[in-house]
Amino acid sequence: MTESSWSVERAARVLLDAEQDVEAQTSIVAEWDELDLRTAYQVQDAALELRKERGEVVVGVKLGVTSKAKQQQVGVDSPSTAWLTDVMVLPAGEPVPQDRMIHPRVEPEIAFVLGSRLEGPGVTATEALAAVKHVVGAIEVIDSRFSGYKFTMMDAIADNNSSGYYVSGPVSVAPEQLDLSLEAVLLEVDGEIVDSATGAAVHGHPAEALAFAANTLGERGLALEPGWVVLTGGMTDAVPVRPGARLAAHFTSLGSISLSGG
Amino acid sequence: MSHDLEGAVDRLLTAYRTGVPTDPLTPDYPDASLELAYRIQQAQVDAWVAGGDVIRGHKVGLSSKAMQRMVGVDQPDFGHLTQSMFHLEHEPIPAGTFIQPKIEPEIAFVLKEPLTGPGVTVAEAVRAIDFVLPALEIVDSRVRDWKIGIFDTVSDNASSGGVILGSTPVDVRDVNLRLFGCTLHLNGDLVATGAGGAVLGSPINALVWLANTVGPLGVTLEPGHVVLPGSVTRAFPVEPGDTIVATMGGLGSVTAVMGRAAEGQAHDEKEQA
Repeated sequence: MTESSWSVERAARVLLDAEQDVEAQTSIVAEWDELDLRTAYQVQDAALELRKERGEVVVGVKLGVTSKAKQQQVGVDSPSTAWLTDVMVLPAGEPVPQDRMIHPRVEPEIAFVLGSRLEGPGVTATEALAAVKHVVGAIEVIDSRFSGYKFTMMDAIADNNSSGYYVSGPVSVAPEQLDLSLEAVLLEVDGEIVDSATGAAVHGHPAEALAFAANTLGERGLALEPGWVVLTGGMTDAVPVRPGARLAAHFTSLGSISLSGG
Repeated sequence: MSHDLEGAVDRLLTAYRTGVPTDPLTPDYPDASLELAYRIQQAQVDAWVAGGDVIRGHKVGLSSKAMQRMVGVDQPDFGHLTQSMFHLEHEPIPAGTFIQPKIEPEIAFVLKEPLTGPGVTVAEAVRAIDFVLPALEIVDSRVRDWKIGIFDTVSDNASSGGVILGSTPVDVRDVNLRLFGCTLHLNGDLVATGAGGAVLGSPINALVWLANTVGPLGVTLEPGHVVLPGSVTRAFPVEPGDTIVATMGGLGSVTAVMGRAAEGQAHDEKEQA
């Protein structure tokens, strides 16, 4: 065996190129077993620097693997974070950009818009919720740069948690007006209800996911900034999006989002 | 083995009596109709009523597309709820009451007016509801290992077992039937979440379907009766000693306690602790 030719820089470029070229890769961990948690986040951060170089602006953070079911599937016991930039915003009414995605899947989520800065470690869910200015519903359209969504946790973190696009819902609600553990979503594909869930499926409570994000970023010397959006993680399983599919997410108090599969 | 109506009724009633499930009926009734299955169900209900039990409502089953696909049908089914199936919240349900119980969170409709199909609309169904309650349904199967097809479950009273109703009535007008959230905790762990619309798009659709399905059979849904429209989440197996809590947005919560295997045994454990 020759020494691995992988590096943080190379991994970041390979994954960004894969995104640009809409071409799936195979697992990096399979070839580079030194890709541990710390290194995976270094790849993610290096890719963010490359994104900034091409003009992208950070608008927030997204969480992945926030449900127990997902954690058991992937074999981990905590969520992970990734970056959201302005190019990942899908304006309401726009279809899923199929030509720019490898194999998109949708997840309904509860999103926070921050009113004040949150810096871990030591952030509690209560404190985190107090920093939230308002809550919106969202549909995230994820896309993995790994073929068949076959990846390890480290691959996924390096790949910015399968980031793609997200569309925000029509209603902004103050957090104190919601019971987020019982805020439900009904997910429809072509008019058929395919899944439903509540905020409790998101790391126990979406505010727990937010606290986790603040604390895990804090360990890297980073903070969540006012005005940022935090996507707290899929409430249901991710559902593949065919071109032509009609998707809808109906939330208890956060309104409905309709999305064309492109 | 007899393959007529009486044979199936006898196998199912024997399973109730002995606690020993029967083999699946379907292989012995390969071409049997759904209509025969409902007659098998009705014969058991008649036997219970003759023995002093009282019909207190109905349940709708197979109320999600996923479950319907699993048994190869495109509509729900229904079963009867009798007095003896109702258990009190927080009161341990004696072990041995069920054969292979699973639990499901549901919104229970309690009727104030009779509903007679066919032709019942959503509007009429809503008007007929007195109030709603959070509920846990215990489904159970008299068929070994839950190896059920549509013929089995319909014959077996739609796999009914027990009902636990919450205690705080809410006006149906104050509930978002389609989008209320529901969490299900088993022994303190969150095991599932869902929205009311997971039940046939809205649980009210189950009530409408039930009224319109039993109407032509000469059955009216009666004032005071309880209708369970179907589960918001998938069903979870429960064991003696389990505590299950369902919490629903705008409806509060309901708790079911599965009694421990034997009183003496529970007592011993307590003394050792």
